[in-house]
Amino acid sequence: MNLIGKSLLELKGMVEKKQISHAELWKFFSDRVEKYDKALNCFVTPPSKEGTGLAQNGAEGFPIAFKDNFNTKGIRTTASSKVLDTYIPPYNATVVEKLLGMQFAVFGKTNMDAWAHGSSTETSDYGPTNNPWDVSRAAGGSSGGSAAATAAYLVPAAIGSETAGSIRQPAAWCGLVGLKPTYGRVSRYGVIAMGSSWDCPGPITRTVEDAAYLLEIIQGEDPYDATTLPAGNSKYEIRKTKKMRIGVCKDYLENIDPDIQKRFDETVEILKKLGHEIIPVTLISPKYSISVYTILQRSEVSSNLNRYDGVRYGKDRTFFGEEAKRRIMLGTYSLSHGYYDAFYKKAEKVRQLIIQDFESAFQTVDLIIAPTTPLTAIKKGEFEKYPFFGEVMDVLNEPAAAAGIPAINVPMGLDSQNLPIGLQFMAGRLQEEKILSIAYQLEQETNFMGVREALLKRYE
Amino acid sequence: MTQSYSPVIGLEIHVELSTKSKMFCQCSAEYFGKEPNSNTCPVCLGLPGALPVPNRVALDWCIKIGKALNCTINVSTKFDRKHYSYPDLPKGYQISQYDEPVAINGSLKVGEKTFGITRVHMEEDTGKLLHVGEDSLVDFNRSGVPLVEIVTEPDFTNSDEVKEFLQELHTIIRYLEVSDADMEKGSMRMEPNISLRVVGDQKSDVRELPNYKVEVKNINSFNFVKKAIDYELTRQAEILDQSKTPEQETRGYDEKTMKTVSQRSKEEAHDYRYFPEPDIPPFVFEQKFIDSIALPELPTAKIDRYVKELKIKEIDARILTKDFELVKYFEKVVELSDLEPQKIANLVINSKLATNVSIEEFISQATKLLSTKKTDMPTLMLAIKKVIAENSDVVTNYKAGKLSSLMFLVGQVMREMKGQAEANLIKDKLVEAISNS
Repeated sequence: MNLIGKSLLELKGMVEKKQISHAELWKFFSDRVEKYDKALNCFVTPPSKEGTGLAQNGAEGFPIAFKDNFNTKGIRTTASSKVLDTYIPPYNATVVEKLLGMQFAVFGKTNMDAWAHGSSTETSDYGPTNNPWDVSRAAGGSSGGSAAATAAYLVPAAIGSETAGSIRQPAAWCGLVGLKPTYGRVSRYGVIAMGSSWDCPGPITRTVEDAAYLLEIIQGEDPYDATTLPAGNSKYEIRKTKKMRIGVCKDYLENIDPDIQKRFDETVEILKKLGHEIIPVTLISPKYSISVYTILQRSEVSSNLNRYDGVRYGKDRTFFGEEAKRRIMLGTYSLSHGYYDAFYKKAEKVRQLIIQDFESAFQTVDLIIAPTTPLTAIKKGEFEKYPFFGEVMDVLNEPAAAAGIPAINVPMGLDSQNLPIGLQFMAGRLQEEKILSIAYQLEQETNFMGVREALLKRYE
Repeated sequence: MTQSYSPVIGLEIHVELSTKSKMFCQCSAEYFGKEPNSNTCPVCLGLPGALPVPNRVALDWCIKIGKALNCTINVSTKFDRKHYSYPDLPKGYQISQYDEPVAINGSLKVGEKTFGITRVHMEEDTGKLLHVGEDSLVDFNRSGVPLVEIVTEPDFTNSDEVKEFLQELHTIIRYLEVSDADMEKGSMRMEPNISLRVVGDQKSDVRELPNYKVEVKNINSFNFVKKAIDYELTRQAEILDQSKTPEQETRGYDEKTMKTVSQRSKEEAHDYRYFPEPDIPPFVFEQKFIDSIALPELPTAKIDRYVKELKIKEIDARILTKDFELVKYFEKVVELSDLEPQKIANLVINSKLATNVSIEEFISQATKLLSTKKTDMPTLMLAIKKVIAENSDVVTNYKAGKLSSLMFLVGQVMREMKGQAEANLIKDKLVEAISNS
C-alpha cells in the first residue's frame, strides 16, 4: 500500500475503515525514520520500536510527533538542552493528554533550538536539524525537528510551539502549513516555558484540514492554565468560500528576497481572482517589534530558566549553552533595579500599541497577508554572525506574536534555488477560522504549487 | 554624654491560611507532620512546564483579613514574580505581590494606641530546609501553601506594644477562622524591624526614620517576642553610645542564649527584579464583590455588645473574647439557657465549671450550681408578695383549684428573682403565702 504523502485525515480515515492498523502505520513511519533521520536529525528521542513499550499507547495509537519542549510522561523531555538530558517527566502536557485521549500516540520527540532560543534549530545541544530540501541548510526554528520530520514524511504531522515565529518560520522553510493560534486558545500547561506571555502550542501539518482538525482537539480552556480563554473552543468551517477583505502593509515587504516578493504579488493576484478584496493598510512597522520582543521575551526567559538549578531534577546551570546564557544575561539586565522602567516597562507599553494597532486594522479588513520570512532557508552556520539572529530573522512574525493574534504559514511553491517560499495570513483574536479558510482556498486553487510532492520525490 | 533613644519598630507578619489546598495547585495545604515530599505536584515542585492557578478561597480570605484591619481593598490587584535563588524556592522566584497588593492603608487599635497597617498581600510559602550533619535536605510539602503578609507602619515604641498587638492580631485571625495563627507551629510568623532614633537636642522631624534598621528572624513564640526585642534595643543602644551606627542586617534570635545573632548583611536591598506574573491575569474586582465579603463580629465590637447588652463587666468581657472557641461556646450557652450571662461568665472565668462538655450538660450543671446558692429569704418573700398583689385573679383561680395557675405564679416569682431561687422553694413559699393571705 502506498501511503507516502497521505494527509493525517486520510490516514485516520483508513484506520477507521480498517484498511490499515495503527501498528502498521507505526512501522511504516518508523522505517522511514530509520532510513532518513540520520541525514536530517529531526529527533532527540526517536519513536520507540514497536513492542518496546516506551511510548504511551505506542503502536496502538496514531503516530504524531511532539517538539521536545512538551512534557511526555515516562518519555525523556529535554527542550534540546543537556540540562535536561536525563529528565523523564512524571506528567503529560495538557496538549499531549488531549491527543492521547483521541487515540494518538507519542511518535518521538523532535529537535529544537535549545529552550526554543533560536530560529534555525542550530542552538540545539543535540546537533542541528537539516533542511530536507538541502541538508546544508537550516530547517528553521525553533520547531525545526517537527517541521523537517513532517516535510520528509517521517510522521504525518507534528506539534510545535511558537513564541514569535517558531512554528511559522520552520513551516515556511520546509514547505508546510504552520498554525500559531490565538494566545490563550491552547493550554501551555506542560510546555517548557520560554516567553510566558507569548508561547502558543500549535500544529505543523501537510494540509490545512489537518491543522484545523488538530486545533479542534488541542484547544480549549484548561483549569491548569490560568491564561487559557473561556471562549477557547470553536468549530472551524474552513470549506466555506467566504469572500474576505485582505490587507497589505508595505512595511512588511521591505528588504525581502525578490523571489519572495514575486511570489507574494502572484498570490495577491490569485486572491483577487478568487473574489477577495485587496486593501492597502497602514500598520506599525514590524521593525519596532524586534526590540519589544527581544526585551520582553528575554526578560521572561531569564525568569523561567531560574528553576533549572539541578536540585530537584536535571543537571545544574553549568550545562546551559551559549545562547541560553546570553538571553539570561540580557533578560536579567532589563529587569534589574534602575533599568526596569526604561526597558521592560517601556516595551510593555509599546506592546499595547501594537495590540491596539491590529485591533484598529481588523475593523477594516478580515485578514492581513505578508511574507513569513524575508529570506528562504539559509545555510547552516550563518546565524553565528548575529547576536540577535533569532529576533532579526523573525521580524515579520513578531508583530502577530506581540499582539497574541492567530497567524498561519501557507507554503506557496519554490524559489529559484528550489527552496520553499512561505506566506502568512494574520487575523484578529479568536479568528482562526478566517486564516484557515483562506489557506484552504489557496490550497484548493494552487495545490501549494506542488511543493509537497516535489520533496517527496527525494524521500521515497 | 549618654543620649536618649526612642525605639522605632515595624512588623512583618506572615499568616499561613488554613485553606484545603495550596495557593497555586490542588495539593493539600495541610503539610504539618507529613512524610517529606509526599504532598507535592509539578506546580509546587517547579517542574518544567508547570503553571500556577490561584486559589479563590485564599484570595477571599486575604480580603477578609484586610477588611478586619480596616484597610482599603484595592479594586485592581495582581501577582508579581520575586526573584532570588535558594534551594527551598523551586522556581527560583516566589509568586508574591509588589506594587498592587490586595489591601492597603489600614489600622488596628490596641488599648489606647492605633497602629498603622501599610499593606496586606498574598503570596506562596517556600519549602523547608533541614540540616542534618553536613547535609542539607529540602522538604517541599510546605512549598506553595498560601501566606498572607501583613506589614505595619513603624509605629511601635516598645516590646510590650508589640506583644499586645500580636495577641490582638492573633485573636482577630482566629475570629476570621482563616488560620490557626500558631507561632509555635509556624502558622503565624513575625519579624520585627528595629532601630533607635536619637532624641534630645536634635531638631529632627519626629517622623524621620533612622538611617538603618535591623531585621530579627526566628522568634518562634509569644514569650520570646519581648526578650528578643528588648535584647536588640539594648544592643543597638550600646553601639550608638559609642557614636557608631548599628549595621543594617538580618539577625536571628537564639532561644538558648537569649541573644540575637548576625545572619546576613542587608546593606543593599536585594534586587528581586519584580515583574508582573505573566501566568496569572490581573484581577479587577467589582465593588459589590468586595462588599459581599462578610466579617464576623470582631473582638472590639463583641466586647462592646457584651457590656451594653449582656450586662457583663468589661474586664470579664475582655477575658472571654480573647479565645474564639470559648466565645462560640459561651454565646451558645447564653442563647440556649436563661441563666444570667454575667453568672455564666463568672463560672467560666473562675473555672468553676469545665467547658469541654456538651452545651446541654454545661447548662444543666450550671443551673444546679447557681440554684444551690442560698436564697435571700427577705427578697424572696418580697417578690412573692409583689407577684400575689399583681396577679390577684390568678391567685383566685388557684384557690379555686386551678393548679396551672400556681405554676404561672412560680414562673413570675422566678422572673422577679432572676434565677436566684429554686422552683420548688418558690412553690412552697408561694403556697404558704397564699394560704396565709
